[in-house]
Amino acid sequence: MVDNQQTGRPEMVAPDASRAPAIELRGISKAFGPVQANKDISIRVMPGTIHGIIGENGAGKSTLMSILYGFYKADKGEIFVNGDKKNITDSQTAIAAGIGMVFQHFKLVQNFTVLENVILGAEDGALLRPSLAKARKELTALAKEYELNVNPDAVVEDLSVGHQQRVEILKALYRQAEILILDEPTGVLTPAEADHLFRILENLRREGKTIILITHKLREIMEITDTVSVMRRGQMTATVKTSETSPEQLAELMVGRKVLLRVDKTAANPGDTVLEVRGLRVRDEAGVERLKGIDLDIRAGEVLGIAGVAGNGQSELLQVLGGMRSGKGSIRVNGQELDLTGLKSDARSRRKRGIAHVPEDRQREGLIMDFHAWENVAFGYHDDPKYQRGLFMDNDALRQDTQAKMAKFDVRPPDCWLSAKSFSGGNQQKIVVAREIERNPDLLLIGQPTRGVDIGAIEFIHEQIIALRDQGKAILLVSVELDEIFALSDRIAVMFDGQIMGVRDPAQTNEKELGLMMAGITDTGPQGQEASRNG
Amino acid sequence: MDKMPRWADVFLIPLISLLLAAGLSALVILAIGENPWAALKMMVSGALGSTYGWGYTLYYTTNFIFTGLAVSVAYHARMFNIGGEGQAMLGGLGVALACLYLPLPHWLIALPVAAAAAAIFGAAWALIPGYLQAKRGSHIVITTIMFNFIAAALLNYILVNLLRPQGSMDPATAKFPEATHLPTLHDLLAPLGIAFSKAAPANVTFLVGLLACFVVWLLLWRTKLGYEIRAFGHSEPAAVYAGINPVRITVIAMLISGGLAGLMAINNVMGEAERLVMNAVEGAGFIGIAVALMGRNHPAGVLIAALLFGFLYQGGAELALWTSIPRELIVVIQALVILFTGALDDMVRMPVERLFTRRKGEA
Repeated sequence: MVDNQQTGRPEMVAPDASRAPAIELRGISKAFGPVQANKDISIRVMPGTIHGIIGENGAGKSTLMSILYGFYKADKGEIFVNGDKKNITDSQTAIAAGIGMVFQHFKLVQNFTVLENVILGAEDGALLRPSLAKARKELTALAKEYELNVNPDAVVEDLSVGHQQRVEILKALYRQAEILILDEPTGVLTPAEADHLFRILENLRREGKTIILITHKLREIMEITDTVSVMRRGQMTATVKTSETSPEQLAELMVGRKVLLRVDKTAANPGDTVLEVRGLRVRDEAGVERLKGIDLDIRAGEVLGIAGVAGNGQSELLQVLGGMRSGKGSIRVNGQELDLTGLKSDARSRRKRGIAHVPEDRQREGLIMDFHAWENVAFGYHDDPKYQRGLFMDNDALRQDTQAKMAKFDVRPPDCWLSAKSFSGGNQQKIVVAREIERNPDLLLIGQPTRGVDIGAIEFIHEQIIALRDQGKAILLVSVELDEIFALSDRIAVMFDGQIMGVRDPAQTNEKELGLMMAGITDTGPQGQEASRNG
Repeated sequence: MDKMPRWADVFLIPLISLLLAAGLSALVILAIGENPWAALKMMVSGALGSTYGWGYTLYYTTNFIFTGLAVSVAYHARMFNIGGEGQAMLGGLGVALACLYLPLPHWLIALPVAAAAAAIFGAAWALIPGYLQAKRGSHIVITTIMFNFIAAALLNYILVNLLRPQGSMDPATAKFPEATHLPTLHDLLAPLGIAFSKAAPANVTFLVGLLACFVVWLLLWRTKLGYEIRAFGHSEPAAVYAGINPVRITVIAMLISGGLAGLMAINNVMGEAERLVMNAVEGAGFIGIAVALMGRNHPAGVLIAALLFGFLYQGGAELALWTSIPRELIVVIQALVILFTGALDDMVRMPVERLFTRRKGEA
């Protein structure tokens, strides 16, 4: 792929100065109240290239793209499209200027067909039939040209996430987009789907389209982009040619200091079995079976990573283990059966059995965003006698406890009176991790430990997880980031459609094999179950 | 990090809203050919110019404290209890039954017994909507408002058919026994050498109201139960994650809310009327919503807002009595206050917020 960039793209080797940039932003600034989201940002995106924008969460990438797409109005600065100054006030003018956007969370009507979604908002005239016919013809042509195959008559809710994303791209292309912005497009895709997406993007580039790819994954930037711009704290810190940079350099530009991209850990030294799951089945509120007979074992002193595309039952597994959901089957912790449906199936009882839980969605579940930090530090453990004084809560004890945890886990700023929502994602997560790890649990459930967390904090949280493992605790890690699974796990179980497709030793597998298992393709499924049993 | 200093949120915004409402009310009074300045002076002197005026103002205030607290507690568990009216009606029934049928030798005994009866009856009336919300997901707004009508019909039936004394034409209970009569502020202040109007209905319940504000504050911000109620109100998934049982918290919050609304009855039924009449609540249950909104659902705010609405009620009554401003216009003025402080809160809030953030940005 790197060859392709260098040989097939002469204008990247020597940028054609006579061609106007497809997008040029000059001095864009945008503040939300006291927060300066974008500060004097200038960027030139050359036509026919894939331009990556990388930065940590909250660096201002999405704000910048929202300004380009007309969702926000910049306080200062100018936008040029193909050399012409444009005043982009809303998404309609952005579309008219040839800009299309594929959002992280798709904006599709779930019970419409692909065709209906594509023409939605772009119908010609009052009658649908001619528009639909025209769109059908165009879709067929686009599918052929770019490998964008989707059945035009399929209802969107029946499509896989990867296909839904294609519909979003088709929508933009149908509206004559020449410049395509993709916001974190691979977050929800399997590795194979991501590869397919990258092939589509390469086809688009070959046809002269310009693509802006927003991501926080260094690997994707290195793999597909021609040029990359790095954002940090609302500013553009560098724009470099991808072929002339390295992941280490980009990480340093993003964070502002040297970062270790790997986790240092010794080999696991597993002890007795802590968690034993047998034939676990869970139905959701709609009666759909989400877990279809899960068997799992985790021993003391090991990390079991659960890999899988989001929505294949990992959330339900964490929830039933954490007491947020009822289920059928058997779960034993330290040899004792857990109550899965009755009065003792709630999260409080689970905590009493030595299970700590860092939930996948810390803002919705793990924290009360409007509570002070010190109120959050007891959350879930607030009935602990050490936080009580007679009839009342011992708020002084809580605040002292909070200051101690904040110091130990380097929460910044270390102010226990700030509300949870005032902390950055990484510091919010540190509060949750501190609360759960400091209870010294036998089993730690941890879901998406570093989602929306800045690189500096990722390092810290990973170290804490490994440290807990080395104290001889059992850890169940759920993450959609394969890199994270590989970095932390001593064994990897792959989930697909509510089942464990197999368990692998991270040293003896690779992304390709796991990727196939994540897509449900395996010929060793039953053996995998065996492997899990034998540990 | 916070957008605006707290004092602006707590005092400045309600004050601006209030001034806007007052300004618009002045225009309305002007439009019907009366002098708004004179009207304001009359309201102030009527409500606050004498111990008689204060006696009425504090009487209304007491009603609004209880119904305002009721709405606040439910609100902290993210429920909109608009059934304060019905819960207070049933509280009245509890008070009446206790006073009429229990041997209560002295008001010091009658007060806690009647208060308990009022709270239990009010809580029981909130229990059914609370349970339906928790277990079946029936929306609390719909059920509580329906229960207001059921309460009115039930009370009507009970008063007419069961509690009405023989030969009386009035759908009301008999007068409560002398021993259950609560001391008025006049009775309480006289031993201290403070002269207070004898005719005004403000009574010892006002002190119970102040106590209730303090207890609710303790409950919400100093106890485990309050912690769980507030956590549940902020995020139900988080509450489940923390092992807080949503059904239990919903029901408990509604019980407390209904109990507080029911407690209002010791003021209006036991303290003032000294018998149970139809429509004894007089809309105080609904005013409680505005009081809670304006008081930011904090007991201290509820107290201040209840005082304001007490003033509006008494001042408005004086206006209707002494000027040609019709009674309906008083309702208009009160409605404007509710509109600006409650419903149009954001209209004032956003510009003020912008003002503060801009100043901070320049600094």
